[in-house]
Amino acid sequence: MSKFLKRAAQGAQVPHEKRTSNQETVKMPLPSKIVLSMGQHIGAPAAPAVKKGDQVCVGTVVGKAGGFVSCDIHSGVSGTVDSIITITAPNGAAQTAVVIIPDGKQTVDPAIAPPTVTDLKSFQDAVRASGLVGLGGAGFPAAVKLSPKNLDEIDTLLINGAECEPYITSDNRCFLEDTQYILDGIQAVMKYLEIPKCVIGIEGNKPEAIAKMKSVATAGIEVKELPCRYPQGAEKVLIENCTGREVPFPGLPSDVGVVVMNVTSVAFVGKYLKTGMPLTTKRLTVDGDIIKEPKNVEVIIGTPVQELMDFCGGFTDEPGKVLYGGPMMGNCIADLSQPILKNNNAVLAFSKKMAELPKATNCIHCGRCTNACPLGLSAKEIVQAYNDGNVELLVELNADLCMSCGTCSFVCPAKRPLAPSIALAKIMMKNGGKK
Amino acid sequence: MDNKLIVTAAPHITSADSTQKIMGRVCVALLPTLIASIIIFGFNALILTAVTVAACVFFEWAYCKLMGREVPVADLSAAVTGLLLAFNLPATLPPWMAVVGAFIAIVIIKQLFGGLGFNFANPAIVGRIALAVGFASRMASYPMGGGVDALASATPLAVSGELGASHYVTLLLGTHGGVLGETCAITILIGGVYLIATKVISPMIPMTYLATVAVLSLIAGKDPIVQLLSGGLMLGAFFMATDYVTSPTTDKGKLVAGIFLGVVTCAIRFFGTMNEGVSFAILLMNLVTPYIDALTRQDKLGIAKKKKEAAAK
Repeated sequence: MSKFLKRAAQGAQVPHEKRTSNQETVKMPLPSKIVLSMGQHIGAPAAPAVKKGDQVCVGTVVGKAGGFVSCDIHSGVSGTVDSIITITAPNGAAQTAVVIIPDGKQTVDPAIAPPTVTDLKSFQDAVRASGLVGLGGAGFPAAVKLSPKNLDEIDTLLINGAECEPYITSDNRCFLEDTQYILDGIQAVMKYLEIPKCVIGIEGNKPEAIAKMKSVATAGIEVKELPCRYPQGAEKVLIENCTGREVPFPGLPSDVGVVVMNVTSVAFVGKYLKTGMPLTTKRLTVDGDIIKEPKNVEVIIGTPVQELMDFCGGFTDEPGKVLYGGPMMGNCIADLSQPILKNNNAVLAFSKKMAELPKATNCIHCGRCTNACPLGLSAKEIVQAYNDGNVELLVELNADLCMSCGTCSFVCPAKRPLAPSIALAKIMMKNGGKK
Repeated sequence: MDNKLIVTAAPHITSADSTQKIMGRVCVALLPTLIASIIIFGFNALILTAVTVAACVFFEWAYCKLMGREVPVADLSAAVTGLLLAFNLPATLPPWMAVVGAFIAIVIIKQLFGGLGFNFANPAIVGRIALAVGFASRMASYPMGGGVDALASATPLAVSGELGASHYVTLLLGTHGGVLGETCAITILIGGVYLIATKVISPMIPMTYLATVAVLSLIAGKDPIVQLLSGGLMLGAFFMATDYVTSPTTDKGKLVAGIFLGVVTCAIRFFGTMNEGVSFAILLMNLVTPYIDALTRQDKLGIAKKKKEAAAK
């Protein structure tokens, strides 16, 4: 109770719905086409490196990183570039995408070979060449994350295996199926970044994963069971729970000596160092109340959502909402032609009935939003200040600290859309008072 | 596109909690006390409660209809106000006076300020105070337990000097004079524990309020048990001071509010001319709640630390 009276930060008791946690990952067959968006990461979009009619192989670079904070995009199929089109990303932005029609041979690019890694520089270069982005959802280019400015101050590698979103079990499957790759990846990061200690944080609802990691953990690696309260996987919350340190705002985990990597990301690092095959496939949980056969699927990045849905038996009812990611922070997609992105860890489909949220009523000031907020923000006050156009108060309330985890909206008994309103408040703060 | 999908901002699920469920739990928590009041004060207690609740719900419905607003009576908040107001009335009060109290609570205090969530003070408390001022003698004639025909008598607080330890049982069971819902400490405690267990209320305000009264009673040389169990303290601490809208939000704020309530209650009880201080203490707390809220915000992750460091430099 060290936080007593300081910050309740109770989080939320979200439903688990982890019914796919025992389902071994199945490989989805080749799709009829793949659509590779050039914006699958935070930072500058990649630039297409191929043109219509080009032949590509598995692992061929089709998008070249557009800057330091950017990332290469690789083809997951061998085939012909059909066209370069513009698609609308879930956030509404137009994005260039390369469409490739597979030839079915899955010829591997002759340039693919395990990277030669001898020191920090070659390790960072290898990660950069692998096209890895943060696979927990944020999509932050991994090579940038592994190049902290204060490397000598970093003493802890934190592996995020909380998987606190309902439905999603792909990280759980990663722990069970890619155990060795996870270990290899952790050891490589610890070795080249000279980090003495590693903590693997796993939410208590994944006992098998915890047991498995405990049984293989080597010196310097600790497995920590996290409470089942959403959002354990939020970076700042995870760091506080595992190390007791508070990431300053504004600031980065490296400011408190921590590098955080998602478990799937670190497993990919381990795999890449062995095979040299860049990030072209992804393990996804496909679930939701109208998915006929919920399962964990290994899918080629760029596969249209429609084909993935068909692979899982299709819908049992008319779809109301289809999400990239979990129900707490996932993004709605507008149509099923959207492609799978690198940072997707689930595709969920819900019926119209589940998709429609209850009507918002008056705030009763119960304080659930305030006491649940993992960061100690007061959602009801921020939303009130936003409605009043009171930017000064928004600054005082630190509305810009909000990470949009959605806990406040979830716990609100009046069903008020607090998290989206705070997102608008943040924009108002940036614009200096204009809505 | 033949398949139109719904696109909304996250999150896409909400908890099972709702305003209606929360208010429903408060009603359930008040039921044991209602039953106790019927046993102690007779059938009149039930009639008065029914009239008060019906009047509150009717005024809420009628006002919203008149104003062309959506009628929110299904959220049960008016029913809770009605129950709490009734619990603050002596069983012998003529029902029409209770209707006046209901009008003040629902129309003047709640709806004129914008409805649920916008009232500056607890509607039931203001209803009680308005009646106590307006119909002073009627409101202060407390029937003795045993039936409405029994002689009006003072509450134990008025005669607390004469009460000894043998009266603790009487105080717990509520078979003494008082308004209909505040005498039986046991059923109020049961309801309060139920609300805490179902996470409708935080234990912070009741605990700090009662603890403050107990400590101040000891210091003042009064019997703390008599002070805790008599008057409107138990009902006020668990059901009235914990009203969401008019009490502070954070644990820190609730701690401040609880101590504030205890100090004001004891000040009125020990030094004032009135026997009863709880209603006015809660009303005062309601009025300072916005200030307590503004001064007792939580430490935000990563921000408090920076401030402290800056202060240290």
